[in-house]
Amino acid sequence: MTLSPPLEDAWLVIPLYNEAPVIGEVLATAMTRFPHVVCVDDASTDGSAEIAERAGAVVVHHPFNLGQGAALQTGIRYVLEATDASYLVTFDADGQHRVEDAAEMVERARREDLAMVFGSRFLDDRTDPGFLRRIVLKVAVWITNQQTGMRLSDAHNGLRVIRRDAAEALDLKQDRMAHATEIVLQLGRTGLPWAEHPVHVLYTDYSRAKGQSLINSVNILIDSMLK
Amino acid sequence: MLDQPLIKVILLVGVIAVTIMLTRSTTGARHQAIRRLLLIGFVLLAAMAILFPAMLTRVAQFVGVGRGADLLLYGLTITFLGFVAASYRRMRLLEQRVTTLAREIALREAVHDRRHRHGDGPGSGQPRSGWTSS
Repeated sequence: MTLSPPLEDAWLVIPLYNEAPVIGEVLATAMTRFPHVVCVDDASTDGSAEIAERAGAVVVHHPFNLGQGAALQTGIRYVLEATDASYLVTFDADGQHRVEDAAEMVERARREDLAMVFGSRFLDDRTDPGFLRRIVLKVAVWITNQQTGMRLSDAHNGLRVIRRDAAEALDLKQDRMAHATEIVLQLGRTGLPWAEHPVHVLYTDYSRAKGQSLINSVNILIDSMLK
Repeated sequence: MLDQPLIKVILLVGVIAVTIMLTRSTTGARHQAIRRLLLIGFVLLAAMAILFPAMLTRVAQFVGVGRGADLLLYGLTITFLGFVAASYRRMRLLEQRVTTLAREIALREAVHDRRHRHGDGPGSGQPRSGWTSS
């Protein structure tokens, strides 16, 4: 995978909310493979948006904080309306995803003619989320599978490749974190071919501190049940 | 657990109805009409309870509750739960509308911005609006 060509027909969609310490580096790394990036700034207060703009990403500004699900949907809409990209890749701003994984997933989608490729940290044992987090994630997977009828091994993974036709079917109504289940549900309903791809999630001290607290999984669960 | 079965069934049915309200989509004219009928019924019952407290007690004893005041409290609890459910629904609806509106504004601005950066339309030198920095 040395000297891989940049992926011209894929756009990274990055929901961005107060990630100033890392977003510059995340973008610099990502843009070596993905020259097209749209960051949806969810009304950050720490200058994240300016850093992203300086790094060369397109930045869409939410006028006030709406939540990660809303930011994702805005980014998807941007790619569909303002570009002619064939694929979009949802990617986290905190640097927990590897760009090589994302690029491999796009190439796999192209090679195998898949409409969506979900990243999964549980297909191999590279990722160590820790005992408690593993249990919570596994419960989340189980609930998502019950609700969506899909059989995924990892539900709340922010790394996904979505082909244009599948993205057009998305209309996320869960503004906050419960969108992870909703996105699987809506993509599953399209009936288009999909696969899971093993990825490595890098748990740094930074992403651990910023990531979902376990108590918030209660909110996610209830949000995803109520309409 | 199984004493006073009638009132328990009534109250449980009320709780279940509220739960269904929370998880089902209930918009449209039919539901508005039902809500209003329920409200009218509620007002009539309240007036009856004030005018004829003895009747309330008789109804209470019929369903297996001692005093009319107790029945009133139970009824109020269920009504309150229904109110919570209804306001939750309305809030969600409003939230979604606000999100849609904010998204349209954000996208419009981004597409507009980009066109100016690549093209040479008037206003390309304008400063960005200060949403994020304010």
